[in-house]
Amino acid sequence: MTLALEILAFAIMVTVALGIYRIERGPTGADRMLAAMLFGTSGVALTLVLAEIAGLGSLRDMALVFALLGALTSVSFVKRAWGAER
Amino acid sequence: MTLPATIGEWISTAFFAAGAFFFLAGSIGLVRFPDVYTRLHALTKADNLGLGFVITGLAVGSDSWIVVVKLYLIWLLVIVTSATACYLVANAARSSGLEPWRAEDR
Repeated sequence: MTLALEILAFAIMVTVALGIYRIERGPTGADRMLAAMLFGTSGVALTLVLAEIAGLGSLRDMALVFALLGALTSVSFVKRAWGAER
Repeated sequence: MTLPATIGEWISTAFFAAGAFFFLAGSIGLVRFPDVYTRLHALTKADNLGLGFVITGLAVGSDSWIVVVKLYLIWLLVIVTSATACYLVANAARSSGLEPWRAEDR
């Protein structure tokens, strides 16, 4: 069972690597923000998978915090950073 | 090598495979699609479905109801915030003058 979870964790890390490529290419700030949103979703999934592998229930609360922070980052990006860069 | 042993573990593994597929599809869309709006579409739909499959797989293998409820609450929060963020980013991009990609721009 741990093997399936580890393969899943690896696949999620591959998606993070693809997101890094998008951050590098851009071209606009919104594209980079999309990659950050991808990191939010993948981070939640990865933390939940690691909570199951390690048997640490407290990691699920961390995933909840990641989900909350993901909401805050995109709102603050739209409110602040988007106007400032143009 | 620890292969899935029980039926529940096989069901979990099937959900994990579907979740990994949707996560990879979403990020391949993020890399391959031509503009912000199409990338938003790939990201906010496919990735959240992938997260839903992963969470369902974890919930099948979990042994307490509290954990299942917490997992699905996390998914609900991610879905709500991602729908809101999708609207906010698309609206900001549109009002800042980014034109949507058209097939003749290829």
